[in-house]
Amino acid sequence: MNIAILSGKGGTGKTTVSTNLAMTLGVSYVDCDVEEPNGFIFLNPSILKSEDVFVEFPVIDNKKCVLCGACAKVCQFNSLAKAGKEIVVFQKLCHDCGACKLVCKTGALSYSKRSIGKLETGISKDIICHRGILNVGEPMAVPVIRNLLGGLSKEDHFIDCPPGTSCNVVTSLKYADAAILVTEPSEFGLHDLKMAVELVKIYNIPYGIIINKDDGTENMVKRYCTENKISLLGTIPYSMEAAALYSKGIMLCDDEFHREIFINTAEKIKEAFAW
Amino acid sequence: MKIAISAAGQNKESILDRRFGRCDYFLIFDTETGEYKAMGNNGVSSGGGAGIAAASQVIDENVSAVISGSVGPNAFELLEKADIKVYKCEELPIFNVVEMFQKNELLQVNIAGNAHNGMK
Repeated sequence: MNIAILSGKGGTGKTTVSTNLAMTLGVSYVDCDVEEPNGFIFLNPSILKSEDVFVEFPVIDNKKCVLCGACAKVCQFNSLAKAGKEIVVFQKLCHDCGACKLVCKTGALSYSKRSIGKLETGISKDIICHRGILNVGEPMAVPVIRNLLGGLSKEDHFIDCPPGTSCNVVTSLKYADAAILVTEPSEFGLHDLKMAVELVKIYNIPYGIIINKDDGTENMVKRYCTENKISLLGTIPYSMEAAALYSKGIMLCDDEFHREIFINTAEKIKEAFAW
Repeated sequence: MKIAISAAGQNKESILDRRFGRCDYFLIFDTETGEYKAMGNNGVSSGGGAGIAAASQVIDENVSAVISGSVGPNAFELLEKADIKVYKCEELPIFNVVEMFQKNELLQVNIAGNAHNGMK
């Protein structure tokens, strides 16, 4: 089973929840937030394997090109443009869809590949850890996420998703069998949580909510869960102690009080997802 | 000669739009006859590469010059390759801009402006 951890709003605790649940349950951890993966800071795995992620981009053979401009017209991403006596290629805008080659009548178009990031696999206290890293300055994270998740084994994984509800999260959810939405009891937290719930519903997978930085009251997130009949899988109290541990890169589950919370939450997750 | 001006509206009383890739319209002016036409900018609806879409569009119109506030690196590269000169101008009514262009009062730009300037 692949369990995706997402949030809508950033900074609610996706990485805190996914790394600690992975460690508590002895389940593999996958960091899909490839633009800024931070799970390895806490898990600190020794890296066993690293491989590049490649995408293709068009290359024009000027001897064969008749400057008809069909490739530029068909490109939906403005990656190709005809200017003067040349077809100009903007590599970073290419989505690797293959349309330009299909319409090129003179066979002037071929593809070359370039690296946009890498995948790393490591091990931390017997837990297998994976992450994708998008190179700085690259605009497209989806190919890295797709490579990362497409290559996973059939075993269980916690998938630490990127924030928001963008293509990056949509892609991550395609590989999920269940989802945990991490939020905080703030207006922003609830607002973005609602968007994340709308997204998860499309996938017809079981899901539940974890409240981080919980104030212990019958707050707006709890009311939202009750009103919408969404399972509340756990709460992590708002505390200076948790923030202090986090700031030192210490896993919360190494602390007895928090370990108890993650054990209880894990039980609820197993029950909710029939896992 | 034909020139393209990034504009906020569709007539010559409209104001120049400082954005190139994300301007609403291009006014294509024929400086010899004084005739002009407005066309919607394809770059407006582009998810990415707005400047490229906009530059391709004015290249297809066979203009010799573009007048805008700031032209980003991708669009600038295309315009340069198509031998189209780029001129900088403030947010003035288009008829004023054309006048200034004809009196040779506009500054020709030789380097690209910042990327994503029009997103601000």
